[in-house]
Amino acid sequence: MSKPKVALYWCSSCGGCEESVVDLAQDILPVTSAVDIIFWPVAMDFKYSDIEVLQDGEIAATLINGAIRMDEQEHIAKLLRKKSQLIIAHGSCAHLGGVVGLANFYKREDVLGEAFKEVPTVKNPKGILPQVKTEEAGRELELPALHDTVKTLDQVVQVDYYIPGCPPPPELIKNAFAAILENKLPPKGTVLAEKKALCDSCSRKESKPDKIKLSKFKRLYEVEWDPEKCFLEEGIICLGPSTRDGCGERCIKANFPCRGCFGPTDEVLDQGAKSLSYLASLIDSDDEEEVKKIIDSIPDMAGLFYRYSLASSILRGNINRGTK
Amino acid sequence: MSSSSRFEPKIVGFICKWCTSAAADLAGVSRLKYQPNVVSLRVMCSSRVDPEHILQAFKGGADGVLVGGCHPGDCHYQVGNYQTRKRIMMLLEILKDMGISPTRLRLEWISASEGAKFQDTMNEFINTIRELGPLGLKVK
Repeated sequence: MSKPKVALYWCSSCGGCEESVVDLAQDILPVTSAVDIIFWPVAMDFKYSDIEVLQDGEIAATLINGAIRMDEQEHIAKLLRKKSQLIIAHGSCAHLGGVVGLANFYKREDVLGEAFKEVPTVKNPKGILPQVKTEEAGRELELPALHDTVKTLDQVVQVDYYIPGCPPPPELIKNAFAAILENKLPPKGTVLAEKKALCDSCSRKESKPDKIKLSKFKRLYEVEWDPEKCFLEEGIICLGPSTRDGCGERCIKANFPCRGCFGPTDEVLDQGAKSLSYLASLIDSDDEEEVKKIIDSIPDMAGLFYRYSLASSILRGNINRGTK
Repeated sequence: MSSSSRFEPKIVGFICKWCTSAAADLAGVSRLKYQPNVVSLRVMCSSRVDPEHILQAFKGGADGVLVGGCHPGDCHYQVGNYQTRKRIMMLLEILKDMGISPTRLRLEWISASEGAKFQDTMNEFINTIRELGPLGLKVK
């Protein structure tokens, strides 16, 4: 019997999720001996035609990382969906939109303008922007078109499972492969991590007082914090209460507060709204002016609370950004 | 009718059981009329209103959202309205980045005895939103 086929693909991402597969280290050996990797553009030489010739559903499982923001990515995602039994959103960008999803705060033209004209390291006197079609020495060249909106993978194709994280811990990928190979997968649509919030397993949980009251939100450079104590108690914003557990406290153990890459728990629709909700109730003042001052001590609130989840949030970004 | 072409805003009102909702009842029994653009939802306390509810209302087609609670110091649950105020103040900051005018979200304290204030507030808010126009959510 031939081995089950597995494909890996990347869309709008940084490459960290690909790295997370490599980070499996020796654990990748049982995986590669049990499956045939038939498509993995970042690591091996394949052509899109290699996928096109496959039968529908011939691939057992496809891991797609990265958000969808170009028509080529959308096309390949749809193609892989057709050819795969399981589609797994791999990493924060495919799952929630990720950091690239923050582009949804802006219009497409502004994003392009900033990247190709405004950045100080770019010299572009003619103000040329990427074009879908250009003529060069009598030949027509094509580039994928950039969408107005960064989308999560499940806003484009039906997704069966999610491996969260920026990047996902190798442990979760290993478990996901094991579950696929042993056919022990949970119900479809499951995020393959914990159900509760990060605080539930946080090693600093015991240090948290019954009530936290803050008269200022501190930025990391403003304070030398106790590596044993709950970040919130120290006045440092930690998104643990509104973030799914399962990361193994990578940031907390490195003495850094949670930034929410695992996304919200199943019960939460909007990680940013939930984050602001619990942080607002920690403010130790009933005086309107003082509250305003404390709120103002958080720079770029929306960017912080929605760092990984803007594209999957209720409004999905700035409502005036565009139509496509 | 001349108003047929006029923009009729959709407003969602989250009103607390103990004060603003009682004021709405008082406005009703006092036969105080206000424009019919508001769908009011009674909640036990204004602090029950999660920022998610407000975003969901905008997403669902509301052009404006009004949250009504008890006056400071009068909360049936002691401090619920103070928590509400902090959350709404923070949410207003986020709404700016989401491209939603802060005018579209209003927090009002209306006590059980202020039926007339309920009427005035609703009329005034509806007129303000009517002037502002539809929210115009382009992306579903």
